[in-house]
Amino acid sequence: MLDRLNFPQPWLSLLLFAIWQFLSDGISGASVVLGLFLAWLIPQITQGFWPERPGFIHPWRMPVYLARVLMDIIVASVSVARLILSPRAPSPMFVCYPLELEHPLAISILASTISLTPGTVSADVSDDNKTLLIHALDAQSEQEVIDAIKTRYEKPLLEMFK
Amino acid sequence: MNEIAEYIIAALLLVGGFFTLVGAIGLARLPDFFTRLHGPTKATTVGVGAIMLASVLYFSVSHDGIGISEILITVFLFMTAPVSANILAKAAMHIGVKSMDDTRGKPWEQ
Repeated sequence: MLDRLNFPQPWLSLLLFAIWQFLSDGISGASVVLGLFLAWLIPQITQGFWPERPGFIHPWRMPVYLARVLMDIIVASVSVARLILSPRAPSPMFVCYPLELEHPLAISILASTISLTPGTVSADVSDDNKTLLIHALDAQSEQEVIDAIKTRYEKPLLEMFK
Repeated sequence: MNEIAEYIIAALLLVGGFFTLVGAIGLARLPDFFTRLHGPTKATTVGVGAIMLASVLYFSVSHDGIGISEILITVFLFMTAPVSANILAKAAMHIGVKSMDDTRGKPWEQ
């Protein structure tokens, strides 16, 4: 029992504790106790889902990346709104995207980014983690979609996780 | 509450409402399952983002302290929306939902 009393992922525990304090109205004795308990319990339960530690090399690049994604979301959602309201039919396309990223966490960040930016949804990852299947709402050519994602999102992620 | 904040909050609510409405129209108008999938993930990003920003601003101006819980709600939504879209797309490919005729490219079999 005593060997269970540890924090296998200190950063995750710290994050959970901080989030719990923000979610409860004001810091009190009860919220600190419950926060500590959750910060211990949740990493214990989810330990099996983290086969390897996520390794950030350049975490300070993250805010720049997030700002760029936010800008792209705003610009692209205007064009998708225009497409939905215009009478012409969209020309959708399935795109097989060749992944350069290897880290599972990096791939899931890229897939989430693709789904959040309007016009593209990531549908599946191949079993060998080498290809991403993307559904584009309105695309001219496969190469255009691949190039846009590669330069805008995958390059910065590659630098972050190298 | 000062007047400038009121105008900004109203503008954000209008923008959020507009994009949520467009997302709903897209859900009704788009031709097949995979294109309709774009609606819910997109409406949440800009629509919910703008409405949440308005809520944060309103509570920071009218009460004291910024509304951190609204920011957390937004973050959680942004983290979970892509996952649900991904699972929906996977399930659709698994049971072989038809995509519209002029879709180029094919979903793969695994």
